[in-house]
Amino acid sequence: MAGSLTTEAAAAGIEPGGIVVAAPGLLRRVWKNKAVVVGGGLLLLIVFIALAAPWISPFDPYAQDLANRNVPPFWYDAGSWLHPLGTDPLGRDYLSRVFYGARISLLIGISVAIISGLIGTTMGLLAGYFGGKTDMLVSFMVTTRLSMPVILFALATVAIVGGSLWVVIAVLGLLKWDRFAVVMRSATQQVRSLDYVAAAQAAGASTTRVLLGEVLPNVLPHLIVVATLEAASAILLEAALSFLGLGVQPPLPSWGLMISEAKSYMFFSFWLIAIPGTALAVLIFAINLAGDGLRDLLSPEGRT
Amino acid sequence: MFAYVLKRLGLAVLVALAVSMIAFLLLRLSGDPAIAIAGEGARQADIELIRKTYGFDRPLAVQYVAWLGKTVTGDLGESIYFKTPAAPLIFSKLQTTMVLGLLSLAFALAVSVPLGVAAAVYRNSWIDRLCLALAVLGQALPNFFFALLLIMLFSITLRWLPVSGSGTWQHFVMPTIALGYYAAPAFMRLIRAGMIEVLEADYIRTARAKGLPASQVIFKHALRNAVVPVVALAAVQLGFLLGGSVVVETIFALDGLGYLAYQSITFKDYPVMQSIVLLLSVIYVVLTLASDVANAWLDPRIRVA
Repeated sequence: MAGSLTTEAAAAGIEPGGIVVAAPGLLRRVWKNKAVVVGGGLLLLIVFIALAAPWISPFDPYAQDLANRNVPPFWYDAGSWLHPLGTDPLGRDYLSRVFYGARISLLIGISVAIISGLIGTTMGLLAGYFGGKTDMLVSFMVTTRLSMPVILFALATVAIVGGSLWVVIAVLGLLKWDRFAVVMRSATQQVRSLDYVAAAQAAGASTTRVLLGEVLPNVLPHLIVVATLEAASAILLEAALSFLGLGVQPPLPSWGLMISEAKSYMFFSFWLIAIPGTALAVLIFAINLAGDGLRDLLSPEGRT
Repeated sequence: MFAYVLKRLGLAVLVALAVSMIAFLLLRLSGDPAIAIAGEGARQADIELIRKTYGFDRPLAVQYVAWLGKTVTGDLGESIYFKTPAAPLIFSKLQTTMVLGLLSLAFALAVSVPLGVAAAVYRNSWIDRLCLALAVLGQALPNFFFALLLIMLFSITLRWLPVSGSGTWQHFVMPTIALGYYAAPAFMRLIRAGMIEVLEADYIRTARAKGLPASQVIFKHALRNAVVPVVALAAVQLGFLLGGSVVVETIFALDGLGYLAYQSITFKDYPVMQSIVLLLSVIYVVLTLASDVANAWLDPRIRVA
């Protein structure tokens, strides 16, 4: 079991031994790290688009205009600036739908990261801190969870319960805590034996206080890195579920669903799948780049 | 070694049992299976009859043990949609998916080993940065979108490959790429990190000092040691690839287990769905067991811990 859990941690790119101290000149180091600057900048832009969607969208994303279906984007001859990214097969403005779609993807990523992060971090902290039977139980639960294919369990659950945004969030949140648990467990194991934890215990602090006050802040950098990677993975899973028709339901403008709805038109109107596909790829690229950069920034030796 | 294998085997059985319980509960608590079999709008009397015949009126624990007993002996029930026994149906599709999984794994390794080695050897050069950029870009592309792009390129524009279906080797080309490319970045990073570590080892310096050609040092001395963790990851990734086959096989209508899983999910064909979920989980458990044992055999330190 230890073998496969270590492999998981390695696959997450988190090597044991990376305890991070907030070094002086952190801001300068952040600025020098191009991955964080580019990824973070792109991510901020997408967050801005998502928040400002009602004000910057030229049209209502749900308003159908059957007289203007499949209008191509402005760079085609038949395109116009009225609909900069064209319209979908129901005549809805594609730019507005892409803007609103950012809200769905970000909501999914953040909510799933929070739910699975809470579950996984709790399990990892307890396993790493107490060891022994607790550790065995948590490791067993992680091993069991890992042997269940996420996409298949998510598809089956959505098919049974019925698809909606909240069902997708709940299902993914309840399935994706494994990496949090694995990484938090090994990070906690390293922090546990350090002097300040022993000092807090000797001073008579309660276990809860030691865990939340001493251990958690010191494994937080690992937590942030895992959270970014899991958010990206949750967004991709939602898109795949929605693409298969078993995720977010119409008429919501989920990017995965938009690709699914445009699939049968893609031979004649390629932009219908290319635009939401590119939007997804840019978002995932931004999150992963920022996460990778953060990991390098937070590991003591820098990039290895 | 024997004690370790036995311990590890016991754990694998426990995990498989836990998964079987989850798979059973998931589908049983979700709704009345009698209604699912009878169909919407069936008469109450008919539903009662089905409930009695199938034994859905017994306590859940009893039903679970009965179901598990049947499953272990290879009786997976009957498909509600296809009206045939589920076991032969599922196992007839398994081969296609295993072939797809292994091809994808081979594709991922064929891409990631050269790139990972190049990135490590020319560390921090533009080659390294290019490989890393490829890895980040590759992971950002959703696999279903990538699959559609492949169709646009190879089937529509170039007309080299069939859009969908199964039967010939041509039908496997695009699914293999669409499924395998996604596993490549993880391998590449692992090989790069492993190679960097190994290349700094003393015996590599010795090999270089002896005057061995660089290619021999890299491929014969270094790579051999850097691939040990790759074996463990390969087993884990193969499990993920089998799970990911649901999306890819559905897009290309490749007649394997993943496509059958999608069909059974959309048709609410619970016995088939449950069996596939369980089968893929068990395959994953077996793969990780095999990789753990292989690792313990390669590295005696693991056995003791």
